[in-house]
Amino acid sequence: MRHQSPRYAYRRPRDMDGAATRHPVVIVGGGLVGLTLALDLEQRGVHCVLLDDGDTVSIGSRAICFAKRTLEIYGRLGLGERMLGKGVTWNTGKVFFQDRQLFAFDLLAEPGHEYPACINLQQYYAEEWLVEACREAGVDLRWRNRLVGVESCPDHAALDVETPDGRYRITVDWLLACDGARSFVRESLGLRFEGKVFHDHFLIADVVMQADFPTERWFWFDPPFHPNQSVLLHKQPDDLWRIDFQLGPDADPETERRPERVVPRIRAMLGEAVPFELEWVSVYTFCCRRLERFVHGRVIFAGDAAHQVSPFGARGGNGGVQDADNLAWKLAAVVHDEAPVALLASYDAERIPAAEENILNSTRSTDFITPKSEAARAYRNAALTLAEQFGFARPLINSGRLSRPALLANSPLNPPHAARWDGSLAPGSPAIDAPVERDGQPDWLLRHIGGARFTLVCFGQDDAFSRGRLDLAPLSVSLVVIAAGAAPAPPGGVLLVDRSGLAARRYGALPGSCLLLRPDQHAVGWFRRFDAGAIRAAMRYALGAQPTTLAESA
Amino acid sequence: MPLDTSPRLDDPDALFAALVAAHQGLDAPLSRQLDAAIVLLLANHIGDTRIVLEAIERARALAAAHVFGQHAPTAAAPDPGDSP
Repeated sequence: MRHQSPRYAYRRPRDMDGAATRHPVVIVGGGLVGLTLALDLEQRGVHCVLLDDGDTVSIGSRAICFAKRTLEIYGRLGLGERMLGKGVTWNTGKVFFQDRQLFAFDLLAEPGHEYPACINLQQYYAEEWLVEACREAGVDLRWRNRLVGVESCPDHAALDVETPDGRYRITVDWLLACDGARSFVRESLGLRFEGKVFHDHFLIADVVMQADFPTERWFWFDPPFHPNQSVLLHKQPDDLWRIDFQLGPDADPETERRPERVVPRIRAMLGEAVPFELEWVSVYTFCCRRLERFVHGRVIFAGDAAHQVSPFGARGGNGGVQDADNLAWKLAAVVHDEAPVALLASYDAERIPAAEENILNSTRSTDFITPKSEAARAYRNAALTLAEQFGFARPLINSGRLSRPALLANSPLNPPHAARWDGSLAPGSPAIDAPVERDGQPDWLLRHIGGARFTLVCFGQDDAFSRGRLDLAPLSVSLVVIAAGAAPAPPGGVLLVDRSGLAARRYGALPGSCLLLRPDQHAVGWFRRFDAGAIRAAMRYALGAQPTTLAESA
Repeated sequence: MPLDTSPRLDDPDALFAALVAAHQGLDAPLSRQLDAAIVLLLANHIGDTRIVLEAIERARALAAAHVFGQHAPTAAAPDPGDSP
């Protein structure tokens, strides 16, 4: 039942024998983000070498909250159902202050989506399944391959890699640094990584117990069993519980991670009668900071190597997976010569604001949870006290703001002249799921959006859609037609029946309108009618080939 | 609509006395929480964040210019967390 860490075998890299080859893409770091990026790229036909200095998955549960957008990304990659099946779905959070419950909140999960607002799943499961999927896809996974030297050149990077068999050198077109908060690549390039450092220590414990606590997120401010600090309780699969204790700035990490210190804290919380076992303990502090830019010539940073946040809001792992989602299709388009190298600048333009948003939210949560002055504490405690009686104060209570998808509203890839009307999904927004039918079987809209190509979603039984007069030839797009009732499938496309009308409503679609979406499922723009010329122009714009001629053809 | 700084209170003396009286018998931390609760209640009533931000800005400008009355010699040292 309990998870056993797999050991991945070291194999002597082929580059050590014979002429060294030049690789299109090398990813450093086989964590959540590196593996996700490798899988996404490989599925797009870009061969990846992944270097990892270890030979197993994450030790300890680490990133446990997989938010809806992340699950949708893993849905696209083929792992979503498995994660949903194993993960613990939760919707309710409770906030306690001292000896009492202040209020409960609902994540307001709207029905009619394949994935819930959030599941809890240990990072090691996600990584293990990613490794399996990467292997099947053909990623060259190199365990116990430690990067020891990086040379960044205008059109390539040269890497020195250490293995149990000695060192080798490889040349790569693109180096993707997913080597975490202490990124070796970042250090090697001497890049500044600055931001806010927090001094409070936190104790994180994975506890195995058969407890009848409900599947909810419980957060305590200043509880009697751990005065003046905060505590978080979260459920994971396998009867595993995440407990997080704030320890304050003066705690000694070495002492605090010892079982003789940890066990009494947990006993004080759970009571003497609850038997439990410690599975993993860690004491940490954190920073909220980022690189000034993520793209440095042929070296591109993603995940914690690029930006770091506090754990409140689950924005580290979820943010990193969105980095991978954003980068993979762009890099694939560049490697396949379908887009100019300039397209990669949009990774900075889109993911830096996203990182800023994550840093802002997680900094605010941290400041609320750990007040830094008497005034901050007074406001915090006043808000908590008011929240018990007054609904207005509940939104002020910040115990973490769950990761939300980046909306990319100001992306340079959003064609400025695309059609818009009230209620229409904004350019840059991720696609929204909806229940649909395909060939009489229940299905989900998002399963048909993105992936290998751009997707054109056409709403309504416009003549052009049903009679096959869509001139798709010049467009390399997947075609999805959404109809209110049964209709003939469009030639070369998929027909989805939107019986509930939810899809049309959620997108704010007008009958006969079309929406172009990127391979990462983010919206490019709307067209009031099918117009191959305008769609082609918008697609080229979204591939970084500016300026657009959309205005004249729309 | 900007922050209205014209005289608007119907009974300023009573309001002032009520604010001071509310703190009676409270130690400094509780006193501070009371003020914070009053601010939050009023801020929510006003509802427009811009108005509240303008009020913060005006008051903060006074603090920065050190034009608030000086502490009496017996007053506690100012909280370092509040220093600019």
